[in-house]
Amino acid sequence: MTYLVKPKLHHPNLPKNRLGFTRRDYEGPVSTLCAGCGHDSISAAIVQACFELDLPPHKVAKMSGIGCSSKTPTYFLGQSHGFNSVHGRMPSVATGASLANRDLIYLGVSGDGDSASIGLGQFAHCLRRGVKMVYIVENNGVYGLTKGQFSATADAGSTSKRGVGNKDQPIDLVSMALLLGATFVARGFSGDKKQLVPLIKAAISHRGVAFIDCISPCVAFNNHAGSTKSFDYVREHNDAVNAIDWIEGRDEIVTDYEPGSVEDVTQHDGTVLKLRKIEADYDPTDRLAAMSYIQTHQARGEVVTGLLYIDDAPGDLNDRMNTVDTPLNRLGEEDLCPGPNALAAINASLR
Amino acid sequence: MNADTPRNIRVNDFVVKFANVNGSGSSSANRLFARSILRMGVPVASRNIFPSNIQGLPTWYEVRVSEAGHIGRRGGVDLMVAMNPQTWDKDVAEIDEGGYLFYDSTKPMPASKFREDITVLGLPLTAICNARYSDPRQRQLFKNIIYVGALAELLGIEMAEVEKLIAEQFKGKDKLIPPNIEALALGRDAVRAEFGKGIDLRIHRADAVGDRIFIEGNDAAGLGCVYGGATVAAWYPITPSTSLAESFGKHSKRHRTDPVSGKARYAIVQAEDELASIGMVIGAAWNGARAFTATAGPGISLMQEFIGLAYFAEIPAVIFDVQRGGPSTGMPTRTQQSDLTICAYASHGDTKHVLLLPADPHECFEFAATSFDLADRLQTPIFVMLDLDMGMNEWLCEPLVWEEGRRYDRGKVVTAEELESGREFGRYLDIDGDGITQRTYPGTHPSRGAFFTRGTSKTRYARYSEEGADYVENMQRLLRKFETARSIVPAPVRQNADEPSPIGVIYYGSTTPAMHEAMAMIADEGHPLDMLRLRAFPFHESVSDFIAEHDFVFVVEQNRDGQLRTLLINELNVDPARLVPVLHYDGTPITARFITRAIGEHLAALKVTPLRKQAS
Repeated sequence: MTYLVKPKLHHPNLPKNRLGFTRRDYEGPVSTLCAGCGHDSISAAIVQACFELDLPPHKVAKMSGIGCSSKTPTYFLGQSHGFNSVHGRMPSVATGASLANRDLIYLGVSGDGDSASIGLGQFAHCLRRGVKMVYIVENNGVYGLTKGQFSATADAGSTSKRGVGNKDQPIDLVSMALLLGATFVARGFSGDKKQLVPLIKAAISHRGVAFIDCISPCVAFNNHAGSTKSFDYVREHNDAVNAIDWIEGRDEIVTDYEPGSVEDVTQHDGTVLKLRKIEADYDPTDRLAAMSYIQTHQARGEVVTGLLYIDDAPGDLNDRMNTVDTPLNRLGEEDLCPGPNALAAINASLR
Repeated sequence: MNADTPRNIRVNDFVVKFANVNGSGSSSANRLFARSILRMGVPVASRNIFPSNIQGLPTWYEVRVSEAGHIGRRGGVDLMVAMNPQTWDKDVAEIDEGGYLFYDSTKPMPASKFREDITVLGLPLTAICNARYSDPRQRQLFKNIIYVGALAELLGIEMAEVEKLIAEQFKGKDKLIPPNIEALALGRDAVRAEFGKGIDLRIHRADAVGDRIFIEGNDAAGLGCVYGGATVAAWYPITPSTSLAESFGKHSKRHRTDPVSGKARYAIVQAEDELASIGMVIGAAWNGARAFTATAGPGISLMQEFIGLAYFAEIPAVIFDVQRGGPSTGMPTRTQQSDLTICAYASHGDTKHVLLLPADPHECFEFAATSFDLADRLQTPIFVMLDLDMGMNEWLCEPLVWEEGRRYDRGKVVTAEELESGREFGRYLDIDGDGITQRTYPGTHPSRGAFFTRGTSKTRYARYSEEGADYVENMQRLLRKFETARSIVPAPVRQNADEPSPIGVIYYGSTTPAMHEAMAMIADEGHPLDMLRLRAFPFHESVSDFIAEHDFVFVVEQNRDGQLRTLLINELNVDPARLVPVLHYDGTPITARFITRAIGEHLAALKVTPLRKQAS
């Protein structure tokens, strides 16, 4: 294991955000993933999204499972607490964390092995409970750390680096997320940062469970001809339905759009997502239509990307549990312990 | 009744067993019977012996009456209330010689179905019901109340006490009170008409209950979690632990609902499985909330990987294991103490965990509350080991206690102010030498105190490391922490014999009440034994001393393999020959008679002369 220390010096004129942080303040130590790994691009997109959103880094908690993708939280947001848990179980740890402190932002990073195989159950239950978090699956169709076995998202008929064909049907996490009631569902591509950064920003602002399936080619084991998760394949078959111009109420970016080509989605907290339509008939607020579109286009071998579904009044697990506004981890004896008098009454009722 | 039977009146010391059909509504009537004896000032212990079934299979309810306060199982039955034809033969056979059989005589039974050496009490309960009630549901439910009335009359329980309990039970649904009282009277009157008098098992008013309470261990533990400040509970339904999570919900709703906003100061998730339950507990505790899960053996098996993570990454977690018969699905509705070793060494790699061993509902409450302090102090999983016998049965125990002003020990948590003042922070840096390091809650400080939690090996500063030296140092520190635990977990309770004894007994948990009665029996036979009740693992240093002081020590427990004995041998380096196993593991709670017989046979085989004979 090598330790590469990043130089602390950086350009004095690096732009700063409203909190006075530069992008570098949102970075972590140097990645130990393979050069050119899609996952590092996603880490960079997360850094940029957090920088642009002016997030205090310590208000983000990074959660992950096991695998290449789950290693990445080390490499961004060095000032945030992180939790690299056990394989496939990040969702339950994030669920507990979210109940303990509803004020933090939970950024879950997982992979296709972590979420579609060993952790499929936790993936499903986390989404159906509406845990308020961003859930990113860095999806490359293979197990990287164990050197290239197919994962459960690998398409039937796609071939491994050694030329073996995959016979099993793939699990499509986006379709599952829609079925399971996720209130924000998107698909991105690690090779398209322009599309991905706004998706992450929108997901962070979402007041419910936000799921992003991010196709992230594995340069070591799944970037060859015959793979449907390679850079070339995804670029050629990318069917983007829309693009987000993320706009906060306070400083609207004024851009000219063709009439009818932009849709505003106002979220519960007042923020507005400006959605530039690429596919004119695509309606991201219609869950059933989204499912139908995705199934139809995927059957043709296309990779549907963009903001696929959003519920503008989502609600989350804490809301459903009706927990107090103060984070539970801040409550003390006065709030929690009924005291000796109440216990005397309980004792009396048991005689 | 047989008039020739010599009178052998037994007052406030006998066993009544009800044989019922599951789902017939008998349990609340049986409970009424037990509580009415308590209201007469006489201690009782009640035990449900039930199947994994909702309706139709046999179920039993055993009531031990003991003015002397023996509330374990004694063994044997003095009065059998045989309401289940399916189990008739077995039930009749179980009655002690000279005992009583009470049954529904509506349908005549052949003479061969009875025994000569017992007294048979038949009342036509079904006929009485059918004459009085037309609704089938009423016929069934009131039949139960009628037999309670009949038994109260037979044993001399004051009817006013039973009526008072009925009034309390149906408070708010007052129109149900008169019909229940009427059903009681039907039973009483039938006894008067049929037998004219009671039997020789008698309840006499006494003052032996004091301020003790009657409560299930699971209920007490759930309440202990409320008092101990737990805010996040994650669980998956499994017998016999389910009622613990439900108790937490019930008491939280009552005591933790914000009076102004109506919002909850707690969160309970019924998870998708036990893996998710423990994951949620670990996530919540990592984030600074007190969190627990309640489960049974199969759940513990599923949680193994996460338990190792909590041990190695040092995250507090409280796990209630309400033990049942294992292995595998085992005997899901029967009791055992067979999860000791799997909990003590849970997960792969080198691990050791803290176990608390409550002996009754009073300690279930106390240890539940304490477990959160220990988990926060030690930053590690704490197992609270209940079992079905104490978890799901109402036991008579000392009232629950909470001292005014008692504070929570949140352990070594570094605050934003401390970080701001420039204090050095290393997540796994042992500053105090007790093996316990400092932690921060996520979100504490904008630029200091953040760390990465991982299940991999790491440096003192929580950075990934596969260096042997870093790994060994960390593992040694974890051992140091376990040593610290030894001195802060509940100490064992020692009870010496009246005269010096070369023989000791070690026991724990739900074995306790039967053990106490057995020791009285064994002492009567001239073998006073010194007793040590363990209350936690790691073992307090006095445990080694106790073993060293005696020629040999019986280790009494409810599993096949002598799991506590194994732990004692392994952890204290004791010569196995000096620890004699006494093992009961058929799924029923251990009895005083079993212990007495097992220890007596061993002493006889060793030709240990009773002390009194030595003296004479």
